[in-house]
Amino acid sequence: MSPGSSNSPSFLAGERLAAKKPLLLLRSRIIQALRDFFLGKGYLETETPILIPAPAPELHIDVIQAGHLFLHPSPELCMKRLVAAGYERIFQICRCFREGERGSRHLPEFTLLEWYRAGTDYCGLMDECEEVLLHLSTALGFGETFRYQGKEIDLSRPWPRLKVRDALMQYACASLEDVLAGGSFDETMVNRVEPCLGLPKPTFLCDYPLSLAALARTKQIEPESAERFELYIAGLELANAFSELTDAVEQRRRFELEREGRQRQGKMIYPMPEKFLEALAFMPESAGIALGVDRLVMLFCDQKEIDRVVSFTPEEL
Amino acid sequence: MYNASDLRKGLKLLLEKEPYVVIDFQFTKPGKGQALYRCKLRNMISGVIIDRTYRSVDTFEQANLEQRKMQYLYSQEGHFHFMDLESYDQVSLSEDQVGDAKNYLIDNLEVDVLLFDGRPIGITLPNFVDLTVVKADPWVKGDSVAGDSKPVTLETGYTLRVPPFIEEGIKITVDTRTGEYVTRVKQ
Repeated sequence: MSPGSSNSPSFLAGERLAAKKPLLLLRSRIIQALRDFFLGKGYLETETPILIPAPAPELHIDVIQAGHLFLHPSPELCMKRLVAAGYERIFQICRCFREGERGSRHLPEFTLLEWYRAGTDYCGLMDECEEVLLHLSTALGFGETFRYQGKEIDLSRPWPRLKVRDALMQYACASLEDVLAGGSFDETMVNRVEPCLGLPKPTFLCDYPLSLAALARTKQIEPESAERFELYIAGLELANAFSELTDAVEQRRRFELEREGRQRQGKMIYPMPEKFLEALAFMPESAGIALGVDRLVMLFCDQKEIDRVVSFTPEEL
Repeated sequence: MYNASDLRKGLKLLLEKEPYVVIDFQFTKPGKGQALYRCKLRNMISGVIIDRTYRSVDTFEQANLEQRKMQYLYSQEGHFHFMDLESYDQVSLSEDQVGDAKNYLIDNLEVDVLLFDGRPIGITLPNFVDLTVVKADPWVKGDSVAGDSKPVTLETGYTLRVPPFIEEGIKITVDTRTGEYVTRVKQ
C-alpha cells in the first residue's frame, strides 16, 4: 500500500483531522469570545509559567514531571501571587497537564480558562459565570437556549444554586455525613448525582465539605463547609471555583494534610510551594475559578467526546 | 495482576473467581475527587452483565484463559463436541455456550475454543465459513417485495438472504461476524 493511497493510515488520519474543521473553527470563535468578554470587563490577560518548581499538594491531582520541574496542573498558584501583588482582575487561557487523566471527558493535556477577582466571593463568581456563558451563547448566535445531545439547555438567569448536602439527599437519598463516613462520596457523586445536574438550566453545586476544598475559604456561618462551587451543564462538570483562603497558617496546615494523604497512598510528594504561602499573607479577599475550555467547546459543538474538539489526542501523536 | 489504570474495553480479568471481559469503560474524576473507573463487565461463562466502579488503588487478577485450535466433531443432545488438534483431547460445550456459532458449525471446521482453568467456555469461529445451500426457492422475476434477494436454508439449518442466482446444492461463503452472505464459492 502506498502512503498516498486512499485507505492508508496517514490518509485516514488526514481525513479525520479535516472532518474536525467546523468544530475547531467554533473552538477558535469560543476562545475569541471568552477573551472579548474578559477584556471588555477590564480584566488583564496574564501568562504565568507552565514549568513550575512546586505545585499545590492535592491528594488527587498528579502532576507530570519535566526534568527537575513540573508542568503546571493549573495556573492557580502563580495567578494568586499576582492577585496578592495587587492585580485585581486577571484571566488566563492556557494548557494544563495532569498525569493519568484520560477518558471521554479528560485529556492529560487540556485547556483551562482561569480567572480571579479581588473584592468578591464565590457568589460573585456565580453571577459572572452566568454572564460569561450568556455572552458566549449570544456571540455564537445561539441566544438563551441551545441543544446538547438532544436535550434543551436554558441559559436564562438565574441558575439554580444547590448545596452538595441537598443534592445528595435529592438524587441519591443519602446524607452527606453517611457518604463521607462510608468513603463513598466520589462514587455517589459520579454515579448518582452528577448525571442529574444542570438540566435544563446550568446548576451551581455549592458548599462542599471542608475536607474536599483544600484551597477554599471556610464558610463562616457553617464552619464544616467551604465556599466552593462546581458548575454543571447537562451532567458535564464545567468549572470549579471558590472564595480564596487567605490565611497562610491555615493553608499550610491543609497542604500538610494533603501531603500526608499522598504519602499514605504512596504518591509522589512535591516540594512545598513556599513563595505562594508567603504571598498569601498579602492576598485581599478574592475569588477564583477554573473552567474547562475543551468541555465548553464540547457543549457548544454538541459533542460527547472530548477527542472531537481538539486537533490531536495524545494517541494520535 | 492488573491495576485500575490498565482497564480498557476488551480486558479480561478475574472477579469472584470467574472470568469477566470489560465491555464498556469510562474514566471519570469528579472535581477535585479521585479517579474512578466505571466499567460494564460481562461474565464470560454466564453472560451476565454487571456494572462496577473501581478506584485507582484497586487491582485485579488475570483470568487463566487459554485459546486452543480445535476441530468440530458432532453434536448430540444439545452438546457440541470438539477435538484438540494437538493433544486429541475431546471437549464439549452446551448450546448456550456455543450460541449463534452453531449456525456455522460443520463437520471438521477448525475453531478456537476458549478455556478457563482448563474448562471450555466459548468458541471463536473463523471470519468466513463455506456452507452448502440445502433449500432455495426458485426466484420469481419481478417480485419487487422481496427486492434483489431471497431466503435460503443452509446445511446447518441457518436461513439467510442471498442473491437470486443462488440455487440448491451451491456452496456460499458467509461472514460469521455479521451472519451475511459474502460470495458464491467457485467449484
